[in-house]
Amino acid sequence: MTTSDATGMESRELQEQFDAIIARNDRIEPRDWMPEGYRKTLVRQVAQHAHSEIIGMQPEGNWITRAPSLRRKAILLAKVQDEAGHGLYLYSACETLGASRGELTQKLLDGTQKYSSIFNYPTLSYADVGTIGWLVDGAAICNQVPLCRTSFGPYGRAMIRICKEESFHQRQGYELLMTMMRGTDEQRAMVQESVDRFWWPALMMFGPPDAESPNTAQSMAWGIKRNTNDDLRQRFVDMTVPQAEALGVTLPDPDLRWNDERGAHDFGQPDWDDFMQVVKGNGPCNAQRIAHRRKAHDDGAWVREAATAFAARTSEVAG
Amino acid sequence: MSEREWPLYEVFVRGKRGLNHVHVGSLHAADDDMAVRHARDVYTRRNEGVSIWVVRSDAITASSPDEKDPLFAPSGDKVYRHPTFYTIPDDVPHM
Repeated sequence: MTTSDATGMESRELQEQFDAIIARNDRIEPRDWMPEGYRKTLVRQVAQHAHSEIIGMQPEGNWITRAPSLRRKAILLAKVQDEAGHGLYLYSACETLGASRGELTQKLLDGTQKYSSIFNYPTLSYADVGTIGWLVDGAAICNQVPLCRTSFGPYGRAMIRICKEESFHQRQGYELLMTMMRGTDEQRAMVQESVDRFWWPALMMFGPPDAESPNTAQSMAWGIKRNTNDDLRQRFVDMTVPQAEALGVTLPDPDLRWNDERGAHDFGQPDWDDFMQVVKGNGPCNAQRIAHRRKAHDDGAWVREAATAFAARTSEVAG
Repeated sequence: MSEREWPLYEVFVRGKRGLNHVHVGSLHAADDDMAVRHARDVYTRRNEGVSIWVVRSDAITASSPDEKDPLFAPSGDKVYRHPTFYTIPDDVPHM
């Protein structure tokens, strides 16, 4: 890390240089000087994002062995593998900020760092695989497209890769739901029931309303966030309504209607008390998700040890 | 946890023949061979590359990050190295 001693610059001058880079919409790169708060905010945000990808493998992984055809199984496997890949891109970006991988893994396992609450809801039917692709990945894309322009270079570059791949995730989900909607009444009912369960949690993915999001202003000033939570939520609703119509499902919000004056949809608020309960660890699957992650980590310990021992021995023999 | 962390590698991918290898990110691996395999799985799931380089991150020597670094000063004041420095009449062809 660069310190004021190393460059012979005063911290005020470093701060000015940092501010100038942000002001001209340029990117901060890992070895640049940055305010401690900027670094901390990014580590927290990127780590949470990475953990979400890793935990996000579980709800859909639940259906891999029960996918209804080989085609659907191959698609689902590829998608879950992508989530692992996205987690790795993001851990890699987070490590450029000085966080270590072991430390990040530990913080996920012991709960000191969070992941997105959306993954604490169960996947009760196969339609959920489609709904997650359509609504959950759709909301993620809405969040992530502006993050491609985030001020920290490695995070933005990871987001560009991720967004390209998320498009496949959303489309496979929507196509799955379209197929079910062309099926039997029972299948259509499954889709509607699934959409009813995931609609509000999907809206919660954008975070609390702006008035209750104290860090948003600072994150936007630093160019980490490019839009407020409410802006992105509105954008998501406006994008999703015509998709729901085309699909033939009803979004479960009695207040949802087009507002001609605003040129946007009015819609109801999710149950934020419920949201806080899930964030605090009391959602339907919090304990199960972490227990599963811990077990996978522990079960893999011998593989990591064996690979380390093998690498040590080969380098001895070669050396 | 007393496990030692696997070393960090930087990954470079050649998108197709005729292009340079470009840095795409980093990953952890126990050794060089594993780093190439992991790089394939993490960074080329959709035909993004025809060739991969990996190198231990601690083997890279880099210039100072500061863009005002004196290292780059020698090229800063030599406008005559650029073709636009020279005025040629418009009617001179192929120049």
